[in-house]
Amino acid sequence: MIQLKHLYKSFGDKEVLKDINAMFDNGKVNLIIGQSGSGKTVLMKNVVGLLTPTSGSIFYDERDFCSLTKKERILLRREMGMIFQNAALFDSMTVLENVMFPLNMFSDSPYEDRVKRARFCLSRVNLDDADNKFPGEISGGMQKRVAIARAIALQPKYLFCDEPNSGLDPKTSIVIDELIHGITHEDNITTIVNTHDMNSVMGIGENITFICEGRAEWQGSNVEIMDADNKKLEDFIFASDILRQVKIAHDQEKKQKQ
Amino acid sequence: MLTLKNSLTHLGRYVQLMGRVVAQPDRMRMFYKQYVTEMFQLGYNSIGIVLIISFFIGAVICLQIKLNIQSPWMPRMVTGYTTREIMLLEFSSSIMCLILAGKVGSNIASELGTMRITQQIDALDIMGVNSANYLILPKIMGLMTIMPILVTFSVAAGILGAYATSFMGTTTVSELTEGFRYQFNQWFFWCGIIKAVVYAFIITSVSAYKGYTVEGGSVEVGKASTDAVVTSSILVLFADIFLTQLLT
Repeated sequence: MIQLKHLYKSFGDKEVLKDINAMFDNGKVNLIIGQSGSGKTVLMKNVVGLLTPTSGSIFYDERDFCSLTKKERILLRREMGMIFQNAALFDSMTVLENVMFPLNMFSDSPYEDRVKRARFCLSRVNLDDADNKFPGEISGGMQKRVAIARAIALQPKYLFCDEPNSGLDPKTSIVIDELIHGITHEDNITTIVNTHDMNSVMGIGENITFICEGRAEWQGSNVEIMDADNKKLEDFIFASDILRQVKIAHDQEKKQKQ
Repeated sequence: MLTLKNSLTHLGRYVQLMGRVVAQPDRMRMFYKQYVTEMFQLGYNSIGIVLIISFFIGAVICLQIKLNIQSPWMPRMVTGYTTREIMLLEFSSSIMCLILAGKVGSNIASELGTMRITQQIDALDIMGVNSANYLILPKIMGLMTIMPILVTFSVAAGILGAYATSFMGTTTVSELTEGFRYQFNQWFFWCGIIKAVVYAFIITSVSAYKGYTVEGGSVEVGKASTDAVVTSSILVLFADIFLTQLLT
């Protein structure tokens, strides 16, 4: 479980995050949603430690990340896996070497076991025949899947995904969403996904935090989102005609039941 | 005033970065692998250009000395002697390192800059890897190890270039050999090696700093690459003055 308490982040005079309080549950896919420029990426960078909050606390299962020593932070980071927006694969390494990298760095197991674990992670994301390819030789969707395999290689307790579906077609996006959802439940990971993809919101959003202008405006599940009484959230979620029709149909159905 | 503040800020950041770089590697087997790769990429891949440039510069120095210095009152071996001293004391160490600052410096800055803007360095940091140490230390150690070999090759290629001019009839092989052997001071060779090792550190660390601290996009990576070459070249020239005074 990850908990944020009164988190603030400023860049000079500009306050980007304002008093964020949120709870990200264990074994669930926790989504952070919001418009571009709302502070989602800054929030995630603060949570993973790439940025330091101006004030506030980030608790990883009772461990306050901000007050940990440098050594303790490094140890905690080894419990994290992250999937970046552009996959951030090491382009001088093959697919297999990318997945093996965290194992080579932190595992004392023999080489054969590390290869076996890396191949297992790759097969888990349905990439059995791309071992010797370089990131530049595979598609965007495959790169994301390699990034997922690399992120889970060390069996992390916390998984972070920064817009994992950006630049992908809807079908591939669903595959990536299903992978993240499956891995989270099978391995009981605390997963935080930063997204503005409505398919992800409706499909895998078990715990959604809506960020607007640097504030956490709403928190709930993808079921509750249909009945949320928040104007800003409604404007964001039901911005497209199709989703607005879905909302209207949902409201009518609800009225009829009443 | 603003430039001074800016320079001091960069110096402070550079020292901080070097503090992270010189730490104990997270995993020695990974360090050795990177170290060998960097020696190959930065050093071995530069041997060709070092040999070609040194050969022709050696030949040209020999021709120029012959044309401009030699006279009936000068011993004939002076051409070989002067060529040797120039190659040993300045060209093979300082000038060759300036040339390598262009090749190696831009390579390092653009590689690390691209890794920074594509979040590959962030990925390392999130894994709990000391990214500065993992990426930069093997480059510094690799070039510092291979540079003495490059200097030795450069001196040898320069001398071969000087011999090659004898085929043009300007001087004879025996005259050149006599000059190359005349009052040879072994310390001058070691001076060149010491200088080259210091320059290798300057080139790799400054270029790595420029690349590692890039913020922005491809334009900034290009700028960092240019800055890396300019800054490391200027620092090599400054260091040359101090080292020459100190060592000779």
